[in-house]
Amino acid sequence: MSEHHDSHHDDHGPEKGIMRWIKTTNHKDLGTLYLWFAFIMFFIGGVMSLIIRLELFSPGLQWVNPEFFNSMTTMHALIMIFGGVMPAFTGLANWMVPMMVGASDLALPRVNNWGFWILPFAFTLLLSTLFMGGGAPASGWTMYPPLVLQTGDAFPFMIFAIHLMGISSITGAINVIVTILNMRAPGMTLLKMPLFVWSWLITAYLLIATMPVLAGAVTMLLTDKYFGTSFFTAAGGGDPVMYQHIFWFFGHPEVYILILPAFGIVSTIIPTFARKTLFGYDSMVYAMASIAFLSFIVWAHHMFTVGMPLAGELFFMFATMLIAVPTGVKVFNWVATMWRGSMTFETPMLFALGFVFLFTIGGFSGLMLAIAPADFQYHDSYFVVAHFHYVLVPGAVFSIIAGMYYWMPKWTGHMYHEGLGKLHFWLSAIAINLTFFPQHFAGLAGMPRRIPDYAVQFTDWNVISSIGAFFFFIAQFIMAYNWIVNCVMRKGAPATARVWEGAHGLEWTVPSPAPYHTFETPPVISESEITAVHDEPAAAPSRA
Amino acid sequence: MSADKQRSPRQRVWHLARLGGLVLGMFAFGYALVPLYGLVCDITGLNGKTDGIQLQDSVAEAPDQDRVVRVEFLTTVNNSLDWGFGAETNAIEVHPGKLYTVNFFAENRTAQDYITQATPSVVPWNAARYVRKTECFCFSQQTLDAGEYKQMPVRFMLDPALPPEVTTVTLSYTLFDATGLAQAAQ
Repeated sequence: MSEHHDSHHDDHGPEKGIMRWIKTTNHKDLGTLYLWFAFIMFFIGGVMSLIIRLELFSPGLQWVNPEFFNSMTTMHALIMIFGGVMPAFTGLANWMVPMMVGASDLALPRVNNWGFWILPFAFTLLLSTLFMGGGAPASGWTMYPPLVLQTGDAFPFMIFAIHLMGISSITGAINVIVTILNMRAPGMTLLKMPLFVWSWLITAYLLIATMPVLAGAVTMLLTDKYFGTSFFTAAGGGDPVMYQHIFWFFGHPEVYILILPAFGIVSTIIPTFARKTLFGYDSMVYAMASIAFLSFIVWAHHMFTVGMPLAGELFFMFATMLIAVPTGVKVFNWVATMWRGSMTFETPMLFALGFVFLFTIGGFSGLMLAIAPADFQYHDSYFVVAHFHYVLVPGAVFSIIAGMYYWMPKWTGHMYHEGLGKLHFWLSAIAINLTFFPQHFAGLAGMPRRIPDYAVQFTDWNVISSIGAFFFFIAQFIMAYNWIVNCVMRKGAPATARVWEGAHGLEWTVPSPAPYHTFETPPVISESEITAVHDEPAAAPSRA
Repeated sequence: MSADKQRSPRQRVWHLARLGGLVLGMFAFGYALVPLYGLVCDITGLNGKTDGIQLQDSVAEAPDQDRVVRVEFLTTVNNSLDWGFGAETNAIEVHPGKLYTVNFFAENRTAQDYITQATPSVVPWNAARYVRKTECFCFSQQTLDAGEYKQMPVRFMLDPALPPEVTTVTLSYTLFDATGLAQAAQ
């Protein structure tokens, strides 16, 4: 505030000092803040997962008491979902969506600033519960009553933290939608947008449709505990099962919120390094839209064992299996994009390929879980843990890492070290399978999730899993070093504007590092940039 | 903010209002799920929800002497309090279309007065709609004073339209401590 700008407009550089970051309304600054925030949250959530794996390294209770263990599983999930993956995707959207559609900023820059800055407060509230009487929330991230109503002092803090996270997500989503629908460069019709933009448009609608429902559900929990309502209290005529229906009406679209932007990132990276246009652009868009629609009518597959009429079990089983069709279309298109491409395997491509392969494994175990009669065996077992970690870690998280390697040279103007990047990929890929693959076997053999102790016959799988988890965590320091030293501190080789030989789209037409303000006047999109994104039938040669 | 806005600001404000409306609408929808859920459960009998109290004269007795259905009674005390709660018999054999009375009892072995609420549930779910009760302690809150022993009759009939594949019906009751809720309601 102390500085005097003789500016007519803020087309100079950013303000200096800490106030730059607090007051900023620049989409690039806020993207950076979101990504740093997510990075810190991934670290905190990762340490919590290591406490879990440490305790599970051997049977019996060694390191932590069971209450604290349950707090760790609960907090790990809340932090990774709402603090890690979602802000990371929002950060990537902040950086890339305006640059990809040729807008100067997001539509509502002030709201964008506010949307970010309530997150640190939300997570301060949530993390402060670790030091409270009765401990941090320990009911699982799904917060099922009546168990969650037994949470101690932490309870209202958790509820308000979730309200704040919800508000942040909704403001981010509204911003993205208004930007995409109102501020695209002339000539960029909806079906010529880059797929990352499409994936975020659909994700943003999912966020707007479901986060308010979660807010409603947790508000009902709050009034049940403190204001004598009986939404979920059986003694007052409520029904705890109803909570599960409301929660999963939010919860299932939420899992697609966590994966659709990943689809967008991978659909951007694979064509670049296969040096071909994406195969089946239109079908990719329709597949994402179908997945988003189906996500609203499958929620009760999380509740097969709760008690449902046969017709309900059948409906939710078949509707869930139907999701495999659009998802299969996407995987097919990624593979078809690579078919006869002149592929190179830089780090972003390696992570994208790891995503396609390992996410598909997670998808297959999801299909197994969708089978209602079989689900009675898998339900609440480590098989479920293995399933959702396969779609979230080598799925969502790998795609975030791939996107960071892919776009960071554009942001900072400096390349990461390719050798370290490849080392990071291979260590991560091996460690993640070491961590989560054995959990399938432990789960099928009957090991339940969310327990600090287990029967001795599960020891071997758990030892392997714990070793893999520590190995994975340590490997991420290679990534942190590579990004911070080579890109952020600008020790790496300078990057060209195009960065990647096969990269196409408006974001690569600006210099590297991207100037503080881009596309102040709407760009003219060259025909080649459009056709490189969209496989126009006319432009696609017949490939016999 | 420079002049790159492809659409007019008015359009953007309109767009914003619509999205904001969607947010509020979905918040309301979350709450609307509560009566909606109750409605679905009433219609289908899902979750073992029975119809409410039936007036004596609305339940016409028309016993189906050829059919025998076993009715089992299950009782649970929720709050791990030192209460006794049970039925005088574990199971009876009934003819659909005939009224039966079974006595339940509740006992407070503590030195404190309580207000209790029992919640009923019927298994299998597709039998729930065919259980007609003219009297049940679960229809209202029951006081249970310190040391009190209370007899509570349940008068019920199985509707003759009970699906033929149902041969056993379980009536389950869970007794809750509703003292706090009752005080909050006053």
